[in-house]
Amino acid sequence: MLTSMVKIKDLHKSFDDLVVLDGVSLNVEIGQNMVVFGRSGTGKSVLLKCLMRLMIPDSGEIFIKDKNVLNLNRNELNELRKDIGFLFQGSALYDSMTVRENLEFPLVRNFNLQQDEINDRINRVLEAVDLSDAIDKMPSELSGGMRKRIGLARSIITKPTLMLYDEPTTGLDPISSKEISTLIVDLQHAFKMTSIVVTHDVLCAKIIADCAIVLDGGHIVHEGTIKELLTAEDPFLKNFFSDKVIKNNGRN
Amino acid sequence: MKFQKDKLFAVTQHQLSSFFETLAGLSIFSVRFFKEVFLPPYEIVEIKKHMIELGMKTLPIVGVTGFIIGLVMTMQLQPVLQRFGAEAFLPGSIGITIVRELGPVITALIFAGRVSSGIGAELGSMRVTEQIDAMEVSGVNPFRFLVVTRVFATTFILPILTVYVIFISLIGSYIAVVLVQNMTWEYFTGRVIFAVEFADVIPGILKTFVFGFIVGIVGAYLGFNAKNGTEGVGKASTTSVVISSLLILVFDMVLVKLTLWLWPNVN
Repeated sequence: MLTSMVKIKDLHKSFDDLVVLDGVSLNVEIGQNMVVFGRSGTGKSVLLKCLMRLMIPDSGEIFIKDKNVLNLNRNELNELRKDIGFLFQGSALYDSMTVRENLEFPLVRNFNLQQDEINDRINRVLEAVDLSDAIDKMPSELSGGMRKRIGLARSIITKPTLMLYDEPTTGLDPISSKEISTLIVDLQHAFKMTSIVVTHDVLCAKIIADCAIVLDGGHIVHEGTIKELLTAEDPFLKNFFSDKVIKNNGRN
Repeated sequence: MKFQKDKLFAVTQHQLSSFFETLAGLSIFSVRFFKEVFLPPYEIVEIKKHMIELGMKTLPIVGVTGFIIGLVMTMQLQPVLQRFGAEAFLPGSIGITIVRELGPVITALIFAGRVSSGIGAELGSMRVTEQIDAMEVSGVNPFRFLVVTRVFATTFILPILTVYVIFISLIGSYIAVVLVQNMTWEYFTGRVIFAVEFADVIPGILKTFVFGFIVGIVGAYLGFNAKNGTEGVGKASTTSVVISSLLILVFDMVLVKLTLWLWPNVN
């Protein structure tokens, strides 16, 4: 029986002389919401991109639902990707398409659905992110927060069982950031998804996470619940989180 | 002095290696295009959309250029032919020049400036804003959806634009003729049709398929592989124009030689 959604074994990735991931191993259980912390440039986004095979690691193994991602052929990989949602840092909405077309795109391309079913799904996800009236707008007409919400709607429209979030609250004001974090939790409960969230935002992590890891120097240096990490006596963690908390408080 | 020489040598070496790297990458990218173009799903709607969009975008500028080229060339050639008492050959010689060489090459160069840079910028911006990655993770092959459709569209729209430019150039040429002498449109076109042979038209039009392919593939290659944010997008856009224009001229030379070898009676 499947218990692990994601299993990473001894993952290595370098860019020329720069070692970004140096033997990362990780296990994410089904239904778990894991947050990945780390300073900028410590390979958090690279880890997510390796999971989706947008980047090929130098060595190591990645299993998603017991399938070795690095050994799948193109069709098998596309099949697996249909079951994974990915929210990009900048939302990555297709500029030349309206919100409706953005949401339709993965459905029309990958699923043999009737137009009624497609419309129904679009309406449902737009209601979920509270942006029903933006359906005919172009991405350029949306604010940063709205773009994130539409990006989120596009990621969940295929009803994925695994969601990957790359800095979901970056660039947003504290209120929008809190709203997005709460929305992510609500959607996780509604759609019963497992998720991996890369973020710097402690407030976001507190709202979302069941457990967290901290990446530094290409390794996982700490692992535990958010509470454990926030109250740890380790100087690195104290420095990392105290600074963050002060900044967040300052903003709020 | 020696320092400057070394610097110049290093810059030249870097530019040459970067040029050949681009050419090698472009060749691999073209091979991938030919592998993917025959595989389903065939994005007919997207291809049609791009053909209409690119055609409409370029139609006015190539039209104006074609008109001016026809007009100016006639204004230049008329006194020369008059000097040799060969004025009667004016419509024929203009027709042959435009159909064989100027029409296809000028249209392709204008098309490269307008379209190759546009494709480079569009795909480059999609790359740096992770839209191509988003397409990939949603289980869609971005190469087939973005590259194959655009290259197919440029390959098949350029010959149509070239025929249009040839026609407009002849109108320009006719206007230049009637400004200085009396000649009916029927007589003018009759002389052109009499002079221009099948063997002039076919190679002239056929090579525009190659030019169209070059415009599309260069823009798509540089855009699809753009790096370094907005700076990379700008670079992809400008480099697309430079490389596609250069390749159009190089391939024109090769194709003219090939045409003369295949049809030795064309003279």
